[in-house]
Parts: sequence; C-alpha cells; structure tokens
Amino acid sequence: MIAILLILLIPLVGMVLLAIYGDSPNAGLINTRCNFLSFVATLWLAIDVLWNGPQLFAHQLLYIDSFNVYLVTLTAFVGLTTSIFSGPYMQHEKDIGRLTGKRLKLYYSMYQGFMLAMYLVLTTNNMGVMWVSMEGATLATVLLVSLYRTPESVEAAWKYFILCGVGIAQALFGTVLLYFAAEQKLGIGGHALLWTVLHDNASQLDPAILGLAFVFLLVGYGTKIGLVPLHNWLPDAHSEGPTPMSAILSGLLLNDALYAVVRCKMLVDGSLGTHLAGNLMMGFGLLSFLVAALLLHRQTDIKRLFSYSSIEHMGLMTFAFGIGSPWATFAALFHMTTHSLTKSAIFVTVGHAAQLAGTQRMEKIRGLILTQPSIGWGLLIGTVAIAGFPPFGVFASEFLVLVATMHDYPWLTPLLLLGIGLAFAGLFRHIQAMVFGDVPEGQKPIKAHLWPVILHLAIVLFLGLAIPDFLGDWFKQATLLISGGLPQ
Amino acid sequence: MSITDLNLYQQAILLIAGLITLTSFLMLGQSRLTRLVGVFAIQGFLLATATAIAAKVLDYPHLYISAVLSLLLKGIAIPIMLHRLIHKLGLHRVMDTIDHPARVMMSGAALVVFSYYVSLPVVAHSTLVTLNAIAVSLAVVLLGMLLMITRRQAVAQVVGFMSIENGLFFSAVVSTYGMPMVVELGVAFDVLVAAVVFGVFFFQINNSIDSLNVDQLSKLSEVEK
Repeated sequence: MIAILLILLIPLVGMVLLAIYGDSPNAGLINTRCNFLSFVATLWLAIDVLWNGPQLFAHQLLYIDSFNVYLVTLTAFVGLTTSIFSGPYMQHEKDIGRLTGKRLKLYYSMYQGFMLAMYLVLTTNNMGVMWVSMEGATLATVLLVSLYRTPESVEAAWKYFILCGVGIAQALFGTVLLYFAAEQKLGIGGHALLWTVLHDNASQLDPAILGLAFVFLLVGYGTKIGLVPLHNWLPDAHSEGPTPMSAILSGLLLNDALYAVVRCKMLVDGSLGTHLAGNLMMGFGLLSFLVAALLLHRQTDIKRLFSYSSIEHMGLMTFAFGIGSPWATFAALFHMTTHSLTKSAIFVTVGHAAQLAGTQRMEKIRGLILTQPSIGWGLLIGTVAIAGFPPFGVFASEFLVLVATMHDYPWLTPLLLLGIGLAFAGLFRHIQAMVFGDVPEGQKPIKAHLWPVILHLAIVLFLGLAIPDFLGDWFKQATLLISGGLPQ
Repeated sequence: MSITDLNLYQQAILLIAGLITLTSFLMLGQSRLTRLVGVFAIQGFLLATATAIAAKVLDYPHLYISAVLSLLLKGIAIPIMLHRLIHKLGLHRVMDTIDHPARVMMSGAALVVFSYYVSLPVVAHSTLVTLNAIAVSLAVVLLGMLLMITRRQAVAQVVGFMSIENGLFFSAVVSTYGMPMVVELGVAFDVLVAAVVFGVFFFQINNSIDSLNVDQLSKLSEVEK
C-alpha cells in the first residue's frame, strides 16, 4: 500500500518542485533523484507482488498483478536512465541557446507529469481512470514536443494533439459502451468500470456491445500505439521534440497504450468466445509491421528512422498479442521489455550523435566512430540489437514470435520474415555510412553520458542469453493471466 | 412503440438529442468563427440541460455535479476563452472557407445514418431511448470529426474537438446515467487542461506561420521536397 502511494506521490511532488526550481543548475539532479526514488518504490512493490500475489488498493481503485507490475518496473527503470541522460543533454541545449530557463522548467515538470500519468495508466483498476491518465500523458507530451518552438515542432505538436485527441476520443466512446454493457448486468455504480469486476463477469456481458466497444478501443488506443494507418503523428513527434522525450515516448508510452489494448482484449475474449479481437489485432499489427519496415528505407532524418523502427516493433507485438496463444503472449511480453530497453538506449545515442554532428539529417552525420568511438559503437551495437541479431534479447523475443506464428499461422511466417529482412536492410544502409565514413571538418567530441546506454544494452544482451528466474516467473504468470495457459 | 408511449423524461431527452444533432449540423455549415463558437456554447447548454433532467428524473444527485461542470466548462468558460482568443488574434472578421458545402452536409447526413446502423446491436438489449441516445451521440462524435477535417482554421478544429467531447459526454449521461464520479471529474479536468493547451498553441502557431490557417503547417512529410 505504501509503496504504490509513493509511486504516485513522488512524481506529483517532483512535478510541483520542478515547476518552481526547473531552471536551476540542479534541476537535472532533482529530476534524476525523483525518478530514482520512484524506481526504488517500484522495486519494493514488485517484490511485494511477487511474494503475495495480485493486490487491490485504495477502495479497489488501484490494482497490481504480475502483468502490470513488470511494466511499472520497466517504466520506472527507463524513466530513471533517461533522466540521467537528459540532465546534461538539456543543459547543453540551454548552453547553445535552443532553450530558455522557462522552457527548461516546463520540460522538467512535464517529464515528471508524464511519469505520473504513465504510472497511473498502469496501476489503476478503473478503465475510465486509465483513459483519463492516457489523455493526461498526451497533454504532457504535447507540450514537450513543441518545446523548441520551431515551426516544425509546433506543426508536429499540433498534429500529435489533434490526431491523438480525436483517436483517444474513440477509446472513450468504447469505454462508455463497455460501461453500458456492464451496467446492465452489474447494476449502476462505481463498480461497473473496475477492471477486476469486469473481468470476473466478462462471460455475462453482452457480446454484441463488447465487440463494438473493442473496435472503438482498439482504434483509440491504437492511435497511441502508432498502428498504421493511424501512425502519422508518431515520426513527426519523435523527430521534432527533444531527444530524451523520444526515448520515453518510444520506450514507455507506446507500451502503455498496448497494455491498455491487451487489458481490453482480455475482457472481450471472455465475453465473445471468438477470436475477433485477436484477428483485428493481428491484422493491424501485421500491416504496421510491414508498412513501417518499408518506410524505413525512405527516411533522411535519423530520429524519424528510429521512430519508424518503433512502429515496426509495436506492430510485431500487437500481432503477437493478437495470436493469443501462451507462447505468442510470452514472446510479446518479452519483446515489450527488450524493445523498450534497446530503443531508449538507441535514442540516447542518437541524441548524442545529433549533438555531435549538429544536425539530424543522416547525410550530414558521418564518421562517428572516428570522432567519438563510444557514440559510434553505441549506435552500431544498439542498431545490431534492435535489428534482431543474436545474441541480443530482441533476437530471442522475435524468434519466439516466429515460432509461435509457425505453430498457429504457418502461412504468415514468410510475411514476418520478409518484414524483419526489410527492416534490417533499411536500418543498416543508413547506419553504416553514419558510423563509418569520412569525418566532416570541424567535428569535435562532446561530453556524453553513455552509461545508461551501456547498462541497457548489457541487460538486453543478458536477456538474450538467459532469462532470470524471477523475470521468467513474472512473464509466465502474466501469460497465464492474459492467455489462460502456460507456455509448454 | 410510438412517441406518446414514452414518459415525459424520455421525450425530453429525445428532443434534446435532436437539438444537439441540429447544433452539430449548424456548426458544420457556419463559416464565421465567432458564430461557430456561439453555436458550440448552445450545444454545451443543451448538454447541461439533458444532464440536469436526467439527474432530476432518475434521482442521481451526482449527475447534478456533472451538469454544473458541463455548464461551466462547455457552456461558459471555453466559449468565452475561445471568443477572447479570436478577438485577440484578430480573427473575428475572418471567414473560414468551406469547400463544397453541399457535399459536407450530405456526408454529415450519411454519418448520422451510419451511426444508427452501427448502434443496431445495442437495440436488442435496450429501450428506444437508449438506441437514439447512443446513435445520436455517436453521430455527434463523427460530425465533430467531419468538422475538423473540413476546416482549415485552428479555432474551428478546436471547436470540432470539443464537440466530440460533448458527444461523448452525452452518450455517457443518457445511456449509462453518467460515468462514475471519479472518471467524470478526470475527463472534465482533461478537457480544461486541453483547452488551456489549445490556447497556448494558438499563439505558437500564430507566431510560427503568422496565421491560424493550419493548411500552412505542411513542412513535415514523408517525401523530401
């Protein structure tokens, strides 16, 4: 109980604190410390849940089981390492005059606000509150996207605001329909939106209404996941906002939106008894995966390149959750973890590479390894990891997705392999030239904080070699919750 | 079932549902921004009235709170704010051009029919009133989206966005007697923050492209120019 309150209170306090002191030289440190404290609290919570099983808190408003507790921990971890990187990064941006003190206040305070919204999305038991916090996260990040106030960033933020606002409105309509269906069976009152109550009574809910609701929920939260064709905001928002924000958007926000969809799928499956929800997710996921892999080839901006890679991986996860068999679910959970860790590490190095070259255009970024080997190798190894090379964790999770697909839908395997191959080619044709190649004149090394990158990539490497017991247990328990069976 | 079989509450809700749809169509055809905001305020009032009636007849005191909230937010605060911004940015004489008004109206009508079709599965499980409420609120949501698509002015897009929220609120009130209080408060808070953020954005857009015509926001695209 105390742990979960701390998780929600620390970012709230941090938000207020940084709204006041956000322009002081210590702001980055305050931000890191807040995130560190939340991370400790999530560890506490995780151990508690691991020992004592799922728990309800605060008049059933908060609910923790093994599915969301690992996402909470992951969120806190990526939030912490990204904040370590963002302190000096934002200081550098201020030094070169791209930011003023006032904007820095906005940045730090919205960083904590975003973390708060993320924790609330994950821990709440109420489908309505989940929607509210998802919208809250949108509002916090919209302000971050337009932080530089260039015409491009304002355009990206406006696009993001409008598209996600409208998209997520569909999710609210879906939630209303859900409430409508539940209320007829469970009676009027606050309980009809509680996820635990809904899940226990899913078989009594009306299938026709729930099917309709799921379509709205998938389109709504799918906008946030960045599923094609609702993905247009994502590359713009990632490329125009500050880099630490790209890391947390890719590493956290997309995961949390997918989490919401999977929660909804669990309800709908219980009511419908068909594979409708899964089929819809598989279709959307596969389309996103293939389209994003193709679009990787056309990019000229380094951050856009990796945001398309995020769409591709989110598509793969949606597809795997859509298959719904225990193995596929296990693989999707695993892939969520490895992708988050790798992608946030990549965005950190991309941020440094862009600062080093003074531009985000890939044709101008050259010779990273010669100028500053740590950044060059970081980018290269990160890309090797995200492209799914052994022995990194992404390889293991993608391989599991493939195995699960071969088992249930063998005829889709060639499409998956095609997508993986396309994405691999798309990434490497750009990366090779940037990492090797001639050094442009006047390119000097910068002060870089690379140990978040090393830490993330080391964990991903470790996960590719072995899954620790406790993590495997979490994944298995979560798989049991989501798919109703254990991977054999 | 004929309309006279319904009790007065149901008839009142149906009437308001019709009026709300009417305001959505009025917005769709209104090219002057100040009047657009005016019509939006009327929609907010209608929404608040529907909520208050539901609260009275069904005896759910907590619905009074949401009635007051929607009156204050959507009937008064946001329209006033938008009005001020329009004057501050000198947009009160600007006519927002609507391409092919007839086509827009026809698509609006088609969306209403479509909403009734989509809501059909709900019919089997509920009364006539609920069917109309769900269908009409879905129609208002879709008409709001249509408004956003057909307009070029940022202010008009915001009005469309807010009217989508109105449709969602209406569906929550009439079909389910309001969402749980904590959700309603949260949604209201989000709407308020969104309104403030929109206000900030008007100035940012105005600074960056010297107008609020978002057609000019077209630098970012997949293909290199």
